[in-house]
Amino acid sequence: MHPAPSVIAFTTLSGLGFGLLAWLGIDATPPTGWTAFAFFAIAFALSVGGLISSTFHLGRPERAWKAFSQWRTSWLSREGVCAVAALVVMGLYAAALVFAGAHFALLGWLGAALSLGTVYTTSMIYAQLKTIPRWNTPLTCVLYLAYAITGGALLSGRVEIALVLLLVSAGLQILWWMQGDGAFSGRGTTMETATGLGSIGTVRSAAPPHTAPNYLVREFIHIIGRKHAQKLRVISIALMAVLPILLLLLPFSHMAAAVAVVSHIAGVAVSRWLFFAEAEHTVGLYYGAR
Amino acid sequence: MTSLPEKTEKKLGLVIDLDTCVGCHACVISCKGWNTENYGAPLSDQRPYGTDPMGTFLNRVHSYEVQPDSGQAQTVHFPKSCLHCEDAPCVTVCPTGASYKRSEDGIVLVNETDCIGCGLCAWACPYGARELDQAEGVMKKCTLCVDRIYNENLPEVDREPACVRTCPAGARHFGDFADPESNVSKLTAERGGMDLMPELGTKPVNKYLPPRPKDAWDGEEDILAPFLTPVAEEPSGFLGWLDKQLSRLPGDGKTDS
Ligand code: SF4
Ligand code: SF4
Ligand code: SF4
Repeated sequence: MHPAPSVIAFTTLSGLGFGLLAWLGIDATPPTGWTAFAFFAIAFALSVGGLISSTFHLGRPERAWKAFSQWRTSWLSREGVCAVAALVVMGLYAAALVFAGAHFALLGWLGAALSLGTVYTTSMIYAQLKTIPRWNTPLTCVLYLAYAITGGALLSGRVEIALVLLLVSAGLQILWWMQGDGAFSGRGTTMETATGLGSIGTVRSAAPPHTAPNYLVREFIHIIGRKHAQKLRVISIALMAVLPILLLLLPFSHMAAAVAVVSHIAGVAVSRWLFFAEAEHTVGLYYGAR
Repeated sequence: MTSLPEKTEKKLGLVIDLDTCVGCHACVISCKGWNTENYGAPLSDQRPYGTDPMGTFLNRVHSYEVQPDSGQAQTVHFPKSCLHCEDAPCVTVCPTGASYKRSEDGIVLVNETDCIGCGLCAWACPYGARELDQAEGVMKKCTLCVDRIYNENLPEVDREPACVRTCPAGARHFGDFADPESNVSKLTAERGGMDLMPELGTKPVNKYLPPRPKDAWDGEEDILAPFLTPVAEEPSGFLGWLDKQLSRLPGDGKTDS
């Protein structure tokens, strides 16, 4: 799949933002006043910024509001509905904390559930697609949720929890890669089933429909990106988990914590780039590629 | 609404005969011609006469080489357009309701005024039957020529899809698969019509007829065959000299010594 920068930015940033909102929502002793303002400002900037960047890849962004209508069947629509609900509920919760110093715990828990619900609906947009076997697993949802919760813990300064979650996320990521590497061949979809010609023999693409590439080739067949995949996997784990863990184990300093956060975000972004670049769509088979 | 209809009254679709398709691409051109002037936004081209040209097509013809375990390989031309799947994953993923499957005849269409061009339906289609138009920013796909098949302004012979009407080899057939007596149902039954990627559970309506087995040379030689052996195996005289000179030119593998 073509790794579109707007989609990578969206899933990375909004996941982090909603993860932070979830932690702020379930906090029994949440910050109030200006401290609360700072935390919520960061959380809203990340989640709303991510959502806005996701509209950049639309062909008709001015009609984006229509996407709220099909929540009965469409995970993309559910994501929109869930995101708006989460932002409204957490907005009320935040306003009470910032301006009145009042803590409505129930509202916070509801907002936290909606925030994680948003991350889950995002992950289901990918996990539902049978056409991309690497994504088509419940583990994709677990991975997205783990990243959101880990990033949120890191951003909200929960050092002990973050240390554990960083290890868990790294483990899940490696597991997801290992499972993903065999997913396409495990599915049994081949050029032979794609063309129905398998009963005659083995199929080879002799000529594509046109000599120049088209939308399908550009969107779905991204082979160059996979060349350095193994190196990028190592870089991703190092930035996402290893470096932040080392920095958090040092005696606490704001500088080290800030570097840990930036490194984590960069690592997640690399992982998201690979998420798209390594994904193979069944349409590639018609072009003799994967 | 992007829920799929429980059942459609008719199941309109195409039978594509891989035995007779000669790979001429006439259906590609007639499809582009009809659909760029009729239903919805035109099918745009980018840099059509420049480097790296690109354009939107609702129907494309691939060519494959199939190699059996023994014997000659076979070339198969393979036209591909939307299969109007019964369990169409492209419809249910659509967030706006722009993509829908009609309950009356099963045709899968895009309402272009609702489409936001998110591209998710193209991601969900296993067959590459949907293309995002680069000029209009909306999703384009085969309409089964819905604006021809019911069009009373056209003479009756033309009330079938443009690709079917145009195919010089008669490799494309249009009809109702819900009717067991229709031309397409009979063809599918007679020739073993098949689904593409059946393992993905999309239940395509369109069916593909497999190529018939090719002739093989396994009989006796004709009794006159010995008299037909070439008179001279190697050219001699002037032809032989010419052959040698031509073989000396660069670009030709030397056959003589
Ligand atoms: S072929 Fe693709 S676009 Fe057509 S109905 Fe099936 S899934 Fe949808
Ligand atoms: S591109 Fe258009 S038709 Fe396709 S899923 Fe998005 S809104 Fe629906
Ligand atoms: S039925 Fe019409 S739209 Fe579909 S491939 Fe044929 S000509 Fe194109």
